Amino acid sequence: MVHADRLAGAALAQKGSKGVPACMACHGANGEGQTASGFPRLAGQPEAYLLKQLQAFAGGQRKNSQMAPIASALDAQQMRDAADYYASLPGWRPQGQTRAPSPQYALGLRLATSGNWSKDVPACFACHGPGGAGVAPHFPALAGQPSVYTRSQMKAWQTATRTNDPQGLMQSVAEKMTDAEFDAVSLYLEHPSLDEKGK
Amino acid sequence: MSHPLKHWFESQKQTRKFHPAWIALAVSATLGVAGIIWVPAELVSRAEAPTAHPPPPPAADNKEMHPADMPTVIEQTPGPARLRGAKTIRVDFSPPADAAMPTDEFGEAVRLGKNIFTDTQTYARGYVGNKLNCVNCHLDAGRKRDSAPLWAAYVMFPAYRDKNKHVNSYEERLAGCFRFSMNGKAPAPDSKEMIALISYSYWLAKGAPTGIALKGRGYPKLADPQQPPDEGRGKLVFEANCALCHGADGQGTQVSGRYVFPPLWGQNSFNGGAGMSQIKNAAAFIHANMPLGKGNTLSEQQAWDVAKYMNSHARPPDPRLAKSS
Repeated sequence: MVHADRLAGAALAQKGSKGVPACMACHGANGEGQTASGFPRLAGQPEAYLLKQLQAFAGGQRKNSQMAPIASALDAQQMRDAADYYASLPGWRPQGQTRAPSPQYALGLRLATSGNWSKDVPACFACHGPGGAGVAPHFPALAGQPSVYTRSQMKAWQTATRTNDPQGLMQSVAEKMTDAEFDAVSLYLEHPSLDEKGK
Repeated sequence: MSHPLKHWFESQKQTRKFHPAWIALAVSATLGVAGIIWVPAELVSRAEAPTAHPPPPPAADNKEMHPADMPTVIEQTPGPARLRGAKTIRVDFSPPADAAMPTDEFGEAVRLGKNIFTDTQTYARGYVGNKLNCVNCHLDAGRKRDSAPLWAAYVMFPAYRDKNKHVNSYEERLAGCFRFSMNGKAPAPDSKEMIALISYSYWLAKGAPTGIALKGRGYPKLADPQQPPDEGRGKLVFEANCALCHGADGQGTQVSGRYVFPPLWGQNSFNGGAGMSQIKNAAAFIHANMPLGKGNTLSEQQAWDVAKYMNSHARPPDPRLAKSS
């Protein structure tokens, strides 16, 4: 198997290639994503996870009209290069952002750290690691993801437009949750803090 | 007076076979009989109310009921219910919400107890000889039913245990967890760690009846397996359902030196004296709770097989055997 070429991945990210726009156009100059439009953060995600997502966009297990043609235009080597490059970038770190305390944020914190076992919903962080920093290779980081993105993915699992989660774990979580819970947990994960006041 | 009913009335009166008072008699007789049937029925249904209408689940938005909301084990308990004449009563108990934790000195002990329980590696470091945390086998910080919740255990002690052939206090029961499941040594009964764990358990059990097997206690026992548990089949179950988190080698997964998913065998796991090293306990836990969030999705046979596979691996020995040899 050919090794990933991080420099080629960086070039792809910054300039794109034939028929493929630069990743950074949507995912940000450093793979940090775009909060308002909900393009996800890629920086610091596990390499295997990123590669699997590109394959899923091309293969239709993740139905996404923007990513499907792009992923389909990438060859296997380019996918590996891009995944390797973004995995090498630093992940999310709290940078003193504060979030106004709200019942919604508090609910999000509870779901992320304790879950809702009355409905058999485990805590996000039970699998995605303390603080939602991710557990390579299978569990991506959640911390710092745009809430628009997290929410859309929860809905995608619930409605089976995304079906590439291992063992259907996320589908089984999403189908037990309400829209209000999606909103709360997505809001929380954008700036997760262990303090209910969002400090 | 051409109404047919009136005609019929008059004709009946004339034959002297009928008197209007009979109608009143019939109506009152009907009401009387209905009363005799209805009143006791109403009383019985009131007496059975706890059985017929379990309290609503704690979640505010319980849009969908999941199978886990309907535990497979329903404890039938004697006690006050029997004295009142009811045949059975299901004791549904929910522990208080974390937000209700007191903020006084007692609350501090409760909070420390929860911290020890969820992060034993940090808060009771000196007493632990492996890489596990209490919460690994007692999910949701010791709250989740069918996952040996603390609130259900607390109200069942003191109790005689076959394991050590005497009446055990709750402290002694916790000490057993440290010695076997945590492969360590127990904090002293008056240590701050032990006081904290007892405080947390006591607080979780607030309002629960004492000495009654609460619904959700322990792990729901499985029926005997249809086929003898088999390591080979268990390995396949493990690879398909467990290895994702616990690793192909069962050694768990760490992030920055902390275990997110616990090791299931080997030097960092529970020892041979732990309850979980018995296949029936492991199978019961696994069936009700694993994979995390997808409890009751493996078949019972799969749970037996994978428990057998897990416990076919080497782990630290039962300290009681080491002592006697």
